[in-house]
Amino acid sequence: MAADSRVSEITAPRVNLRKSSLFRQSLRRLLHNKLAVAGFAVVLFMFVLCFIGPFFSPYTDNKINMAMMNKAPNLQHWLGTDALGRDILTRVMQAGRISLTVGLASMVLSVFLGALLGAVAGYYGGLLDQIIMRIADLLMTIPSLPLLFIFGALLSEWKIKADYRMYIVMLMLSMVNWPGLARMVRGQMLSLREREFMQAAVVLGLRDRRKLFGHLLPNIVPLLIVMATLNIGGAILSESVLSFFGLGVMPPTPTWGNMIDAANNILDFQERPWLWIPPGLSIFATVIAINIFGDGLRDVLDPKQKR
Amino acid sequence: MEPLMNIDRLSTVFFTEDGKVTAVDEVSFSIREGETVCIVGESGCGKSVTAMSIMGLVEEPGGKISGGSIDFRGEDLLRLDKNTLRSIRGNEIAMIFQEPMSSLNPVMRIGEQIMEPLLVHLRMNKKQARARAIELITQVGISRPEQIMGSYPHELSGGMLQRIMIAIAISCGPKLLIADEPTTALDVTIQAQILDLLRGFKENSGMSILLITHDLGVVAEMADYVIVMYSGQIVEEGGVVELFQNPKHPYTRGLLKSKPVMGQRLEELYSIPGQVPSPLALEPSCYFHDRCGHCMDVCRTRQPQLQETGSGQKVACWLYEEAEVYV
Repeated sequence: MAADSRVSEITAPRVNLRKSSLFRQSLRRLLHNKLAVAGFAVVLFMFVLCFIGPFFSPYTDNKINMAMMNKAPNLQHWLGTDALGRDILTRVMQAGRISLTVGLASMVLSVFLGALLGAVAGYYGGLLDQIIMRIADLLMTIPSLPLLFIFGALLSEWKIKADYRMYIVMLMLSMVNWPGLARMVRGQMLSLREREFMQAAVVLGLRDRRKLFGHLLPNIVPLLIVMATLNIGGAILSESVLSFFGLGVMPPTPTWGNMIDAANNILDFQERPWLWIPPGLSIFATVIAINIFGDGLRDVLDPKQKR
Repeated sequence: MEPLMNIDRLSTVFFTEDGKVTAVDEVSFSIREGETVCIVGESGCGKSVTAMSIMGLVEEPGGKISGGSIDFRGEDLLRLDKNTLRSIRGNEIAMIFQEPMSSLNPVMRIGEQIMEPLLVHLRMNKKQARARAIELITQVGISRPEQIMGSYPHELSGGMLQRIMIAIAISCGPKLLIADEPTTALDVTIQAQILDLLRGFKENSGMSILLITHDLGVVAEMADYVIVMYSGQIVEEGGVVELFQNPKHPYTRGLLKSKPVMGQRLEELYSIPGQVPSPLALEPSCYFHDRCGHCMDVCRTRQPQLQETGSGQKVACWLYEEAEVYV
């Protein structure tokens, strides 16, 4: 069946559509935000430093060297050595690997859980919504820090092997982080569900799975990206707090948090600042850079949320 | 000819804070194959809700279809299970909406959205679906289809998007196309093009169209059969020629009178006085009685039934029932 000859053709706009793709537009806008670019540069630097840096260090074996105990920064050991003669710079880099990995992994897991549960709750509503959101509420009523402390203490009590603790810490952090995300995703779903294009999708006879994951979720991807970015910073911070109190990842596996533990010793605190300033500065720089970058991303991807 | 769809005493209610609202009140009509049926009436008279009820878009807890049946090719749509209904929607019955700008998913490319029903209902593979989608875009009169396939809805104009909606709707060769005010959001020149397009497809494929509109110009151009709704009920129905030449119900007459005539200058365009009564406070009466110039005592206390008149029209008005009684 051909279109009726009376129908005149209309021409597509004569712009190069490829150039105006959403991704490129967002990228261009993001590049205009100097602060966000700087934030991203710092984050990138920390990742490169931690994941590639150790390959250039001669001290990666972490050998205990009594002759080199508690040395101040010098030419061999740029950031000095700790009480066991280990190189601080190398340990900061190795700790960064753990801290950044924990931050990233727990972010991925909590975004996955939050998006999935929030989407399902918002889309289906009813009993399923009630169950999911009441669990989320329950997790949100308990302040997350004490909850994490209890979990951490339990881990120590059950004598979980130090190697596994890192993975369990990731899980713990996701458990306290997904409810907030789920709530936000659910709210978005509730409003998107009523939009006309979703009625059109119903009328097309699509399956729920297709409507949910093909039509609805892509609409909240910008929000998810922003939330995910901001989430990494929070996760790194929480992991550091836990490890600082000896409830997260345990030494000898270094993390930024358990390295700052050195500041607990009054002598180290007063006399040997090279033990705790580098990891502290790393946490500070990374988290603040991630947050600044996340804010910039939000301005670009989610203009409605602009303050 | 055997009717394609037979709607029998369909009632749809909505639950509001102030109480139950009957938006569609025992509406019956049928659509024959290859026929264009128009539902006309002013805002809030239940036209769109009728269409939504047919498509199963009225969902609890907001509202529900409280009675009647929608018979489509021997099956009652209201009693089908979810899967069967899904295989009919978009496949045998398609729908286009009033606002083309908001009826397409803003984050999906046009191509994906046209291919979707082809993949789901006709089980095409990606390559076939793509080829067919390009063909469809060409059929609805848009040039450079490849480029359109890759663009997002915000990059196209309203007229083009409505063409895309039509392409999606006809993609699976539906038996019935429901068009809910398809031209209301478009400007007049585009309106004519869209209507031409719909008519062209109808003539070529023999599908039926249920067209919902408040524009009598559109009705005159498209309809075979016209249904006039008022306050959730059918007040008059009949073939398009009879209805325009010899409107019976005072409401239909009012509607026709309030249409500007080309070349005729008037001080003021006629409008029917008053408003549609609130659906919350309806009492047994002709719902049009307080706006009607021919209101009689009986109109205030009893509801007229839809009656056949001599010329194949049906009308629900005491004027004609009384006439029959006296003659």
